[in-house]
Amino acid sequence: MNAVAENKLTSRLLNGIEGKLPSLSGDAQLRRKALAYFQENGIPTRKWEDYKYINPEGLFRIGEFMSNAPVIREVSQLDVDRMTVIPGAAKLVIVNGVFVPALSNLDRIPQGITVKSIADAVVSDEIAKKYYAHQANPESDSFIAWNTAVSEGGVFVHIASNTQSEVPIHILHIACNEAASTFHPRNLIVAERDSKAEVIESFETIGPVKTLTNVVTEVIAHTNAHLDHYRLQVEGIAGHQVNTTCVAASKGSNYKTYTFTVDGAWVRNNLNIVFTEPHTESHLYGLYLADKNRVIDNHTIVDHTVPHCMSNELYKGVMDGKSTAVFNGKIFVRRDAQKTNAYQTNRNILLSDDATINTKPQLEIYADDVKCSHGTSTGRLNEEALFYLRARGIGERSARKLLVRAFAEEIVNNVPNEAVVAYLDNRLNHIMA
Amino acid sequence: MISIKNLHASVDGKEILRGLNLEVKAAEVHAIMGPNGSGKSTLASVLAGREEYEVTDGSVSFGGKDLLEMSAEDRAREGLFLAFQYPIEIPGVSNINFLKTALNEIREYKGLGPIEAKEFLALVKEKQKLVELDGKLTGRSVNEGFSGGEKKRNEIFQMAMLEPKLGILDETDSGLDIDALRIVANGVNKLRTPDRSFIVVTHYQRLLDYIVPDFVHVLYNGRIVKSGPKELALELEEKGYDWIKSEAQNVEA
Repeated sequence: MNAVAENKLTSRLLNGIEGKLPSLSGDAQLRRKALAYFQENGIPTRKWEDYKYINPEGLFRIGEFMSNAPVIREVSQLDVDRMTVIPGAAKLVIVNGVFVPALSNLDRIPQGITVKSIADAVVSDEIAKKYYAHQANPESDSFIAWNTAVSEGGVFVHIASNTQSEVPIHILHIACNEAASTFHPRNLIVAERDSKAEVIESFETIGPVKTLTNVVTEVIAHTNAHLDHYRLQVEGIAGHQVNTTCVAASKGSNYKTYTFTVDGAWVRNNLNIVFTEPHTESHLYGLYLADKNRVIDNHTIVDHTVPHCMSNELYKGVMDGKSTAVFNGKIFVRRDAQKTNAYQTNRNILLSDDATINTKPQLEIYADDVKCSHGTSTGRLNEEALFYLRARGIGERSARKLLVRAFAEEIVNNVPNEAVVAYLDNRLNHIMA
Repeated sequence: MISIKNLHASVDGKEILRGLNLEVKAAEVHAIMGPNGSGKSTLASVLAGREEYEVTDGSVSFGGKDLLEMSAEDRAREGLFLAFQYPIEIPGVSNINFLKTALNEIREYKGLGPIEAKEFLALVKEKQKLVELDGKLTGRSVNEGFSGGEKKRNEIFQMAMLEPKLGILDETDSGLDIDALRIVANGVNKLRTPDRSFIVVTHYQRLLDYIVPDFVHVLYNGRIVKSGPKELALELEEKGYDWIKSEAQNVEA
């Protein structure tokens, strides 16, 4: 696509935004800056190295997600109650990119945790103002820029110092409309020093109309903060998503993140973690299950800018049908980041001849006293194991399920939340059904 | 129980079994011996339904049904059990879950409901004793990190759990020291019942000191060339296979 056509696409996407911009809350200058970046760079095409396998521009070229139609479809409490159930969680519901307190159960929010609409927080909350657009640089990526320019809402979750919360904060994103649309939810999570909390984001859709959710979540983990952060991506076959999570982790903090993509038509995850102080730790787990024509792309960056930090990444995928998956894991170990421990593993199983995986570990190491490893493997289910199970009376389908579940075991074993484990088990059980 | 007639089978286009006949009746134990490469393990694999073996001629009737028409899982559900020569390690699948799934799929095939959890655990406890299998092992992944002896004991334990009509032991004695051999053989002997038969494939006579067969067959060049009472095994141990080979060649000539 040439530059003129590109600009045309971008201006169509931004049709009406000029009139709307003054009514959007927050830093108008920031929005202008983000808008300018997006207008200049546009939607990534297959020529962009980081997007070459999934070609986002192709989604828009055919005129989908262009609609600026008002949202008509109402989301009811009944809809919400049917979705991802995390027992005991404080549920924060975001419908089409806007936080809806009436559908949320704010009464369950534990002491020490504050939840606000991000649209309000960026105007009235000093902490939110300080960290908003701090980690997700709108001039680094088109999708961040687009979100920053036009986002209308989302949540700000603040976890106060010394808070030790056992209550999961469940951010439930729902996309649904009567015309194909794009939504831009925006979240900010700030975990203050010595706090411990669990945030579960889940992504769902209602109905057959195509939606694209371009969500950006920023996470600030202060000194000694322990945060378990989940993404359960279970959108329906009409669901498309670009999910950007940008994390800054301070000394002694332990950010654990779990990205489970088990449904949806087209999913791109950008997970970027920066260690800003020494003695910091992060664990990244991912499981992606794709069948039919689904596309799942996981891009991760762990940036070791300082010494004595540890990162451990394990992503596993199972692809069936004509699905496509991408794993691209970048680890930077900067010159000053001595005594770094950084590990990365990506393993894949292809269940069909037509499924594709593009996997690329990318380690860039500029320090000399470090321990780093990476490994990747792609294969099929072990035929010998399959025969062994069948020779005991286990039908082929059940045998394959057992082996897929066994493949996922390494990930599932590391998931502390039992409701999430049960949820994954259920999905794993259905993948080949 | 099982009736094998004129069985021909090949792998990768190479014929291994060339007209094998064998009749095993209820409660009988048949030993299949023979030199390396004679087709012993191929016979076990073909009967269990390994797909890389192609049956080119002959028939196998099992409990009155055409065995060769059945999938591997249906053969197991009909009561055929192969104790593997090299049991597979399956990390991530627990022994317990594996056995429960197998047992329940066999029950479903027979029109029975799933086994009660309590009943299942009692069964596990009871059958473990047969082969002196440590309770801890059953909690682990299938065969993962098991010693050679533990793997073979686990095979017999599985057989005890699934209660087949016909047990095929494929060189179960290979890689076992004398103590493990005795434990495994004792386990098998305890499973001998009037309605259960065994085909014991072995290279050495040693196992047959413990599992005493009713008949001994010598397999050579894909065919049974000699059959006799249990004493035949002793004779083979003493004289080796060369005399059998020359006898067989004389017959062919």
